[in-house]
Amino acid sequence: MTFEDWFRTDRLPHIYCAGCGNGTIINCTLSAVDQMGWKKDDTVFVSGIGCSSRAPGYIVTDSLHTTHGRALAFATGVKLANPVLNVVVFTGDGDLAAIGGNHFIHACRRNIDLTVVCMNNQIYGMTGGQGSPTTPWGCLSTTTPYGCAEPAFDLCELAIAAGANYVARWTSYHVKELEKAVKAGLETPGFSFIEAMTQCPTNFGRRNKFKQVADQVEYIKTHALLRAKRDRMIEQGEKVPDDFFVIGELMRRKRPAMGVKV
Amino acid sequence: MTRLEFWQGNTACAEGALAAGCRFFGGYPITPSTEVAEHMAVKLPKMNGVFVQMEDEIASMAAIIGASWTGARAMTATSGPGFSLMMENIGYAAMTETPCVIVNIQRGGPSTGQPTMAAQGDMLQCRFGSHGDYSVIALCPASVQEMYELTARAFDLADRYRVPVFLMADEIVGHMRERITVPDKVGQTPRRELDRGVLPFQPDADLVPGFATFGKGYGVHVTGLTHDERGYPCATNPGVHAALVRRLVDKIENARTAIADYDIINPDAEQVFVAYGAPVRTVQQVLHDRPDGMIGFLRLRTVWPFPEHSLKMFKNAKVFFIPELNMGQIAREIERHVKVPVVSLPKLGGDLHTPPELVAALEAHR
Repeated sequence: MTFEDWFRTDRLPHIYCAGCGNGTIINCTLSAVDQMGWKKDDTVFVSGIGCSSRAPGYIVTDSLHTTHGRALAFATGVKLANPVLNVVVFTGDGDLAAIGGNHFIHACRRNIDLTVVCMNNQIYGMTGGQGSPTTPWGCLSTTTPYGCAEPAFDLCELAIAAGANYVARWTSYHVKELEKAVKAGLETPGFSFIEAMTQCPTNFGRRNKFKQVADQVEYIKTHALLRAKRDRMIEQGEKVPDDFFVIGELMRRKRPAMGVKV
Repeated sequence: MTRLEFWQGNTACAEGALAAGCRFFGGYPITPSTEVAEHMAVKLPKMNGVFVQMEDEIASMAAIIGASWTGARAMTATSGPGFSLMMENIGYAAMTETPCVIVNIQRGGPSTGQPTMAAQGDMLQCRFGSHGDYSVIALCPASVQEMYELTARAFDLADRYRVPVFLMADEIVGHMRERITVPDKVGQTPRRELDRGVLPFQPDADLVPGFATFGKGYGVHVTGLTHDERGYPCATNPGVHAALVRRLVDKIENARTAIADYDIINPDAEQVFVAYGAPVRTVQQVLHDRPDGMIGFLRLRTVWPFPEHSLKMFKNAKVFFIPELNMGQIAREIERHVKVPVVSLPKLGGDLHTPPELVAALEAHR
């Protein structure tokens, strides 16, 4: 099989805008799932609300497209009731970190055996470009017309602090690394969190001086700092610029996990 | 074989659920329902079941819906403030036709209100509390015995009609202790699995589709968006939406008679009480004290869908009295169905009506 076998072809075309990075992240995730040798019948995709959360609707397995922010709570019920099922959650920055923030930290704390792929486009795309908890300081959105005046969440730090077993961040540019990170997450018992920074040309790039899709992808690429390099910079007393973000595997540990298949 | 026990209502509720095959409980502590969760926390792990204390009632409701899609009989228990939080995912359960049981041990509201005192103020919330049009089933126990029996029946109804079913009890029934006859076994009607080759949301003649359990190879897509019979989002087609919502309502309302559960006492009476939950006990006392057959009593165990045909049994009725621990929520419903006066007898604050209060109402309308 290839990742293409996992698509529900009668649902295409999808709703994503031209230039959207979500498709790349779905492909990376399905490639990783396919490499795991998982059966379609034993795999469930769960999501909340938003652009990212439309992904399970395009996948041929059993899929649960739930309410805004609640995907992890639904997924907890699925996984605990039937640990034989492999459960993967697609979410976005608004879904996971704003309305779903409480479910996020508690799912990490329980360390329940789910793999969560968060498409972080730093904006509410589905509703037309409102600021989210990860919109960078100073960026424009329809609800931050004078520049975002709130600090952004670091979702990976949050997941690490709350207890997740596996945490990694990559981008829609780093497809090979992202695919490997998702696979590592799928292999890890307990809660795995993979954040994928991605472009939203329609609702973020357009308002924030990225005239072309490639401009934003280039920005993401050049502002992503490998963890090892970041650590080296700190060691040498160099300042890590505020607009850079760390990529790589950020946590891998073996805390006791819930809902692991026996 | 049966055995006698002396149980609290909330214990009987949990035991009824276990007897009915409930193997998943997701909940959050809240007075006066907590004993249900505590009992499940003790029993479920020993019965190969799952107890999980979620981070709030929103998550509790989400977890039982997720569990239900794996085929488990799943429930939660709460009271007013938690019930309000559950409304979001109760709507999701209605839209996605997910069988689940929600126990509400009602307390005084609004807001934090009276955590340890009884009320029936959530009767309309359970019917209409989530946004959009839909129908649900609500059962109201008036004894510890009924906490057991109606909880067990709630699971059968949830599976039969693929709908959230509410056990709308109250603090008095939840916390009182009485003798209960516990059966060895409770009959269960299992959820009907989807036939192969049939679309997952294609209804049968009774408007209820078969259930596509996760992990069985159906590849079902479940969404709270308006969806077609394949389960695919179809949110801008007016015809699809209208047909879906009508079916969600009709599958329950058309089954009103089959779902109905009530007792009719003294159907020739001119003065008739209608009650559900704890106030039933006061009416029973009044009837016990006046065994002349002159007082009618419609005693409801099903409140939603409202069994309006039961009111017609009282052919000589000149007045209906509705004692409720609220401002007349079900009295309003009854007014819609009868032509004679309906006298609402609200009681707020947590105390039951006393028998003299009900007798005074009878005298005042003689």
